[in-house]
Amino acid sequence: SWEQSFKGFPNPDGSVISTLSEVDLEERLHELDLRSDSDVPDVPPPTDSTPEILKRALSGLSARWKNWWIRGILTLAMISVFFLIIYLGSFMLMLLVLSIQVKCYHEIITIGYRVYHSYDLPWFRSLSWYFLLCVNYFFYGETVADYFATFVQRREQLQFLIRYHRFISFALYLTGFCMFVLSLVKKHYRLQFYMFAWTHVTLLITVTQSHLVIQNLFEGMIWFLVPISSVICNDITAYIFGFFFGRTPLIKLSPKKTWEGFIGGFFSTVVFGFIFSYFLAQHQYFVCPVEYNSETNRFVTECEPSELFQMKKYSVPPLLQAALGWETVNMYPFQMHSIALSTFASLIGPFGGFFASGFKRAFKIKDFADTIPGHGGIMDRFDCQYLMATFVHVYITSFIRGPNPSKLLKQLLILQPEQQLSVYKTLKSHLVEKGILQPSLRG
Amino acid sequence: MGLPGSQEDIYNPFSTTGLLQSLHSLSLFNLQESESENKLDAETASDSESRSEFGGSAPVPTSDDTPEVLNRALSNLSSRWKNWWVRGILTLAMITFFFIIIYLGPMVLMTIVMCVQIKCFHEIITIGYNVYHSYDLPWFRTLSWYFLLCVNYFFYGETVTDYFFTLVQREEPLRILSKYHRFISFALYLTGFCMFVLSLVKKHYRLQFYMFGWTHVTLLIVVTQSHLIIHNLFEGMIWFIVPISCVICNDIMAYMFGFFFGRTPLIKLSPKKTWEGFIGGFFATVLFGLLLSYVMSGYRCFTCPVEFNNDTNSFTVDCEPSELFQLQEYNIPLVLQSVVGWKTVRMYPFQIHSIALSTFASLIGPFGGFFASGFKRAFKIKDFANTIPGHGGIMDRFDCQYLMATFVNVYIASFIRGPNPSKLIQQFLTLRPDQQLHIFNTLKAHLVDKGMLGSLEDA
Repeated sequence: SWEQSFKGFPNPDGSVISTLSEVDLEERLHELDLRSDSDVPDVPPPTDSTPEILKRALSGLSARWKNWWIRGILTLAMISVFFLIIYLGSFMLMLLVLSIQVKCYHEIITIGYRVYHSYDLPWFRSLSWYFLLCVNYFFYGETVADYFATFVQRREQLQFLIRYHRFISFALYLTGFCMFVLSLVKKHYRLQFYMFAWTHVTLLITVTQSHLVIQNLFEGMIWFLVPISSVICNDITAYIFGFFFGRTPLIKLSPKKTWEGFIGGFFSTVVFGFIFSYFLAQHQYFVCPVEYNSETNRFVTECEPSELFQMKKYSVPPLLQAALGWETVNMYPFQMHSIALSTFASLIGPFGGFFASGFKRAFKIKDFADTIPGHGGIMDRFDCQYLMATFVHVYITSFIRGPNPSKLLKQLLILQPEQQLSVYKTLKSHLVEKGILQPSLRG
Repeated sequence: MGLPGSQEDIYNPFSTTGLLQSLHSLSLFNLQESESENKLDAETASDSESRSEFGGSAPVPTSDDTPEVLNRALSNLSSRWKNWWVRGILTLAMITFFFIIIYLGPMVLMTIVMCVQIKCFHEIITIGYNVYHSYDLPWFRTLSWYFLLCVNYFFYGETVTDYFFTLVQREEPLRILSKYHRFISFALYLTGFCMFVLSLVKKHYRLQFYMFGWTHVTLLIVVTQSHLIIHNLFEGMIWFIVPISCVICNDIMAYMFGFFFGRTPLIKLSPKKTWEGFIGGFFATVLFGLLLSYVMSGYRCFTCPVEFNNDTNSFTVDCEPSELFQLQEYNIPLVLQSVVGWKTVRMYPFQIHSIALSTFASLIGPFGGFFASGFKRAFKIKDFANTIPGHGGIMDRFDCQYLMATFVNVYIASFIRGPNPSKLIQQFLTLRPDQQLHIFNTLKAHLVDKGMLGSLEDA
C-alpha cells in the first residue's frame, strides 16, 4: 500500500539509505519496479568531458555553433581513426573490436549499477568481469582454433586446450555460476538476480555481436567495411535529408526522425554502398580472406579473388536502358550483395537505434556514457550496428560461402580410423562420379 | 487443469466446493506452520522464514490442488502424514510415468521434453508478469510466445537437419527450408524484435524492457537446456536416462541422509540441507549410477544412437555396441583388493563415465537447486506454480537438472564422440571442387600415413 511504501522512497538525489530495514528495502525495490516512468528521478546528467584545447579554440563562438563544431570535429576524428586502423591491418582491427566490446559492456553494466544502486553488492563487479572473460575465452577459442590451425598444431599445450576447449570453457563458466550462488546475501537476493540477468543479456548482445564482426572480418575486410560504412552513411544521410526536407515524424520513440530522412537515407545508402564496393572490390587487400601465415607469423591477405570479385557484364534491364543510355554494364557480383546489405542497414538497422532510444528513456539516461565529447558513449555510436553484424554473418553463411574447408579437415582428422576410411570411400566415389578425380589407376 | 475443485471454485466463496476447499487449505496451512520443522519439503523456504520476509503480512495460502479422490482416501490421517503420503504418491506417479515414456520410445520422449520446456517457460514468464504486474502490457504475451516459437524453430531446424538428413534431402520444400535455415530463423526473430520496438508505449518503457530481458534470459535457460537434452537423447537413451536418474536419486538420497543423520547446515540459502545429506547423497548416487549403468549397458535399445530409418519412417535403435558398452576386465587397485576380495572385475567402460556424471550430479547439480531457491526468495514465491500437488510447479522438479544437460552434452562432445561423419560428408558436398580435391588428398595422405590404406593401388 502507499502508506507502507512512503517509508522507503529513495532520496531525490538518488543516494542510498544505508540503514534501511529489510522490509523497507524490498518495498522500495518493488516501488522502483512498478512506478510509471514519469515518477522515477532522473539520473544526474553526465559531466562535460570536452578537452580543454577544443574549449579554448572554440571559446569565441556561441554555444549552438560550438556544439556543432565539437560534434563535427569528433566525427572527423573517429573516421580518421577508422581509416588508420584499416591501414594498419587485420590484427589491429581485431584489437579495436575487442576494446570496443569491452567498453560497451562496461557502459551497460555501469548503467545497471546506477539503476539498481547496486555498486556495492558483494563480489558483483568481479563476477561481471569474470563472466565477460569466460564468454570471450569461449568465443575466441572457437574462432582462433579454426583460423590459426597451423600455429596451434605446433604447440602441445595449445593442442590440449583446443581439444578440450568446450569442457574448459564450461568449467570456467560453472565456477562463476557457483560463486554467484555462494555470494547470494539475504537482504539483496532480488538485486543480485537482477544484476545477474542484466550481465547475461549484456553479454548476449555485445559479445556475440563483436565475435560475429570478427568472423565477418576474416571472411574478407570488405565484409567488415561495407556494412559498417553503410550504417554510418545511413545515419549521416538520414540526418541530412531530415534536416533539409524533414516533415513527417517517423516514430514516437525518436521524435527527430522523419520519413523523408528515412527514405532519402535509404536511397543514398544504397548508392553509396554500390559505389564504395566498386572501389574496394578491386584490391586484393580488402577482398581476400584473412589468413595466418605461420612462417612469417603475420596475417596475409593474398589470394585469387573469388568469382564475386571479378568483373562481369550485366545486361541493363530495358527500363533503365532508356534512363542511362547503356546496354550492358560491367559490375562486380559483390555489388549486388552490397545492395542487400545497404537495404538492411537502412531499413532494419534503425530499429537497433530505436531500441537503444527506448532503453535510454526507460532508464532515464541521456547518453550511455560521456566517453566521446558531443556524442555520448561508445554504445551511442554503435547502437545501429547491433543487428548489422548478425545479419552479415547469417547472409554470408546462407548465400555466400560454404563451410570452412580447414575446419572440415580438422574435424575429419579427429574421427575414428574406421569412420575416416568409410568417409574416404564415400568422398572418393563422389569425386569420381563428378569427374573431379580420375578413377582407379591413379588411386 | 481439469481437476475437481478448480481454481474458479476455490476463489468463489459462495460455492460449497470453494468454501470447503478454502477451509481445507487454510487448516492445512495452519497445521503446516506449526509443523514446519518436520515438513517434507527440504527445498523451499520454511514458513517461518517466509513470514519474516513478507514483513509480517499474512502469506497467501497455496490453493490445494490435490484431487478429491486422494483427499477422501486420506481424510482420516492427520495432515502431517497426509502431506507425506501426497508427496509420496505423486513421486511414485512421476517415476512410473517416466518409465512408461521410456518404454514408448524416442519420439514420445522428444515430445515430452518439448512439453516440459513449454510449461517451464510459461511458469517463469507468469512469475515475471506477477512480479511486474505487467499482464496487460500491449502485445507482450503474444511476443513472448512468438520468441519461444522462433528459438525453438531455430534449434529444431538445426537438429532435424543433422539427424534427418536423407529425409530432408528427398522432400523439396524441406530442402530449401534447411538450406536457408539460419536466414529464415533470423528473419523470424527480427520480425519479433521490430514488433517489440514498435510496441513500446510511452509510460511503460521500463516494464517492457524488463519483460524483454526476462523473456530472453528464460529462453536462454529453458530452451537451450531442453535442446541439449534432445541431443544427448539421440546419442543413446542411456545418455538421457542415467543423468536424469542420478539427479533424482541425489535429491532423494540427500534428503534421506539428511533426515536420519543431518546435523551441520550446508548453506544459508537452503536451511534444510546438511553436509551429512550432501556427502551421503554423493556416495549413494555414485553407487546408484554404477549399478544403473551396469544394468542398462546390456541392452541395445539404450546404448545405440537413435537413428531415423528412411524406409520404415520410424526411429530405430539398432547397432553394433561401441567399445564403451562392451565388458572389459579391469584390475582392481591394490587398496581395494583387500577390501573387496577380487583381483579383477568385469565392467563396462561406460560405468567409469557414469562416475563422472554422478559426481557432477551430486556436487554441482545442487547449485542449480540453490539458484532456484534464491530466485524464489528474491521474488517472494513459495513455488514456481501449482501444477503438481505437493511438489509445486514443473520447474521445481527440474531445477537441479539445469546444469546437468549442458554438462552431459559438453562431456560427450569433449570425451566421447567425435564429429558426426554424415554431417561432415554433407558439408563436404557443398564445397567447391578444388577445395574438395584438396581435402580428399590430405585425408588420403593421412590414412596412408596411418597404414589404413595399404598401397596406392588398393585405394
